[in-house]
Amino acid sequence: MKTTLSVLVENHPGVLSRVAGLFSRRGFNIDSLAVGTTENPDISRMTIVVDGDDYIVEQVKKQLNKLVDVIKVSKIIPEESVSRELVLIKVDAEPQVRSEIIHIAEIFRANIVDVSRKSMIIELTGDKDKVTAFEELLKPFGIKELVRTGIIAVNRGTKTIKIEEED
Amino acid sequence: MKITAAEALIRSLEMEGVEVVFGYPGGAILPVYDSLFHAKKLKHILTRSEQAAAHAASGYARVSGRVGVCMATSGPGATNLVTGIATAYMDSIPVVAITGQVSTSLIGRDVFQEVDITGATAPFTKHNYLVKRAEDIPRIVKEAFYIASTGRPGPVLIDLPKDVAETKIEFKYPEQITLRGYKPKYEGHPLQISRAAEAINKALRPVICAGGGVNSSGAEQELMELAEKAQIPVATTLMGIGAFPENHPLSLGMMGMHGTPYANRAVTESDLVIATGARFGDRLTGRVAGFAPKARIIHIDIDPAEIGKNVKADIPIVGNVKRVLEEILKEVHQKQPTEWNERIAELKKNTFTYDKKNKLCPQEIIEELSRRTAGNAIITTEVGSHQMWVAQYYRFIKPRTFISSGGLGTMGYGLPAAIGAKFAKPDETVINICGDGSFQMNLAEMATAVENNLSIKMILFNNQGLGLVRQLQEFYCKKRYSQVYFGFVPDFVKLAESYRIPAMRIESRDELPGAIDRLIAEKGCFLLECMVDIYENVYPMVLNGSPINEMIGG
Repeated sequence: MKTTLSVLVENHPGVLSRVAGLFSRRGFNIDSLAVGTTENPDISRMTIVVDGDDYIVEQVKKQLNKLVDVIKVSKIIPEESVSRELVLIKVDAEPQVRSEIIHIAEIFRANIVDVSRKSMIIELTGDKDKVTAFEELLKPFGIKELVRTGIIAVNRGTKTIKIEEED
Repeated sequence: MKITAAEALIRSLEMEGVEVVFGYPGGAILPVYDSLFHAKKLKHILTRSEQAAAHAASGYARVSGRVGVCMATSGPGATNLVTGIATAYMDSIPVVAITGQVSTSLIGRDVFQEVDITGATAPFTKHNYLVKRAEDIPRIVKEAFYIASTGRPGPVLIDLPKDVAETKIEFKYPEQITLRGYKPKYEGHPLQISRAAEAINKALRPVICAGGGVNSSGAEQELMELAEKAQIPVATTLMGIGAFPENHPLSLGMMGMHGTPYANRAVTESDLVIATGARFGDRLTGRVAGFAPKARIIHIDIDPAEIGKNVKADIPIVGNVKRVLEEILKEVHQKQPTEWNERIAELKKNTFTYDKKNKLCPQEIIEELSRRTAGNAIITTEVGSHQMWVAQYYRFIKPRTFISSGGLGTMGYGLPAAIGAKFAKPDETVINICGDGSFQMNLAEMATAVENNLSIKMILFNNQGLGLVRQLQEFYCKKRYSQVYFGFVPDFVKLAESYRIPAMRIESRDELPGAIDRLIAEKGCFLLECMVDIYENVYPMVLNGSPINEMIGG
C-alpha cells in the first residue's frame, strides 16, 4: 500500500540525510522522495511516498516527528489532493517514426524539449497513472533514458499544510 | 568584549549549571581545552579513554537526574564516544557530548583525525549539531541541553570545528528557545486519563509494569500512591528497578526474560497491564503474542512513537508519567485487597533460588551485600550474568540506585558509570559489580577513580570467561562453547594494588561476611575478587520465542 506524506522540515544542511537515514535504519521503504523549498525559504517540503501497511505508516509518521528538524508531518489523501510528477524521457526517434511520437506526445499534452537526428527528449507532467501510460506507449520506440522527479502533492481547496505560527 | 567560540562554549556550559565534564583532549579540540584551562567553575575529569568519559557522563546523569557532559577530540576521540552515546540513547539518558572537528575548510578531505561524527551518530542521538558559525554556539548549547533533558531524555552531540572554535564572537547567552520542530507533550489527554482510571477501577486482576520513565520523571511517589490506593501489584522492567521499593508487599520485582516467576505469571494472568514509562522491549515481553493475553493495556509514555510500536495499547496516553499518574490518581477509587492480591501472595510463594553448592555462589554474594547495605547504596553494573543476578537478588528500594546499561547492554559500562555516580552523589556508597569479562574492558578507569580520590568499591565475579554468553551457547548451541573462556586472566588483586587500590580474593563461603565487612569499611577504593563457577546459570530464563510465563528454573 502506498501512502503519500508531506513533511515540512527546517531548510538546514543534513536534514535530507537524517530523513533518509531514518527510513533505512528502521526498515521503511521509500517509493519516491521529492524535496524543495516552500513559500518560506527557511522551510523545505518533502513529499515522500511510503510503501507499507497502516502500522508502518504510523511508525514512519511518529519517527519523523521525533526528528528535531521535522516541523510537521501530514498524510495526503488522494481524493482530496492534486499530485503530480514530472518525467523526462529520451526516446529513439528516427525520422520515419518521429511524427508518430509527436502525435502521442500531443495527445498526452507532453512537450518536446530536445530533438536530435536520432532521438528526442519529451517532458511530461501528470499523476502516476498518466506517466506510466505514456511510458508504455513510448516503449516500442526504444526508451534510452528516463528520469522522474518523484511525486509532489498539495491538498485541494483552501486546506493547507503550513506551520502554526506561535502567538 | 569578544571571546572565542571555545570560550563561549565553556561559558555556556557554566550558564547551564554544569559542574563537571568528563573528557579527553586532542588536536582538533585544543581551543576548547585551552579555554577550559582558565575555567573557574567547571571541573574537568580526565578519564583514560573517551568511551569511559561518555559512560561517566551517563552515570552522572542517571544518578543526579541532570545532564551529563562529556567531550573528546575529532576522529578516534569522537568514535570512542560512540558506544557511550548509543548506551545513553537506548536508556533515554540526558547527555551532551562535545567533539572537536577538523577545520571547516578541511571537512570532507579525509584529513588527519577526521570523521563524520554527526553522520555516524545520527541514528542514536536525539539530535546533533555541526557548528558552522561561531556566533551560533550559545544558542546551540542552550538547545542541546534543552533537547537532552526534556521530553524523552537522550544524548545530543555538538561537533565543533577547530577554526570555528577559534573565531571571536560577542557572547550573549539566549534566554529563550525557539524550536518549532520540537514540542514535547507532558499532559496526558483528559479523556484517555478518565478511560484509564475507569479501567483501573473495573479491573479485577491489574498489574503495573513500571519502566525507566518512572525513574526519569521522578514519579515514584505517584506510583506508590496508585499501587497502594488500588492495591495493584507492581512489576518493574530492568530500567524501572528502584522505581518501586522491592521490600514492599505489592512489589513483584523485575519481570521479563530473567524476571521473577511471580511477576511473569501475574502479568500473564492479569486483565489489565498498566505500563508506566516502559517500552515493551523484547527482553521484557518474550513472545509478543503470548504477552498478557487476557489483559487490556494502558500504555503511558512520553514518546508517542513507543505507543503501539511493540505491543498494541488499548488505552494509549502520551505524556509525562508523573503528571499522568497525578491525574489518574484523582479518579481512581480506594480499594481493599481482593482475591487477586491473595492470588499474588500465592504466586509469590513460588520464588526463585539457586543451588548452594560447595562453591561460593555469586547470588549469595549479592544477597549478603543487599542485607548489609539495606538498599542504601548506588549499585552500578557491567553487562552479563552478574548484572542479572544484581537485578534479581539485590533489593533496591530507592530510585536512581541501580545504574546499568539496559537497552544497549554495554560491557565496560559499570566502572566509569560509578565514577560519574560518585561525582553526582559524593556521600553515597557506590559499588560496581562486575564480571572479569566486563571489568577488563574499562579497568584503566581505576586510575581515574584513584586520581580523584573517589571511593569506589568493586566486586568482581571471576569465572575466567563470559558466563552469560556461555549460558546462551549451552541453550542455543548445544553446549558448543565458542570463545567464552579466557586462556589467560591477570591477577586482579595485584592489578588493583598496582593502582594503589587495596584488594582481596575470596574463594569460599566462610570468607564472605568478613570480606563484605571490609568492603563497607574501606574509606577509599576497594576491590573484592570472588572466584565463582562459570557454569552457574542465570535462572529463571525465558527462551527466545517463548511467552514469559514459560520459564526455565522458575
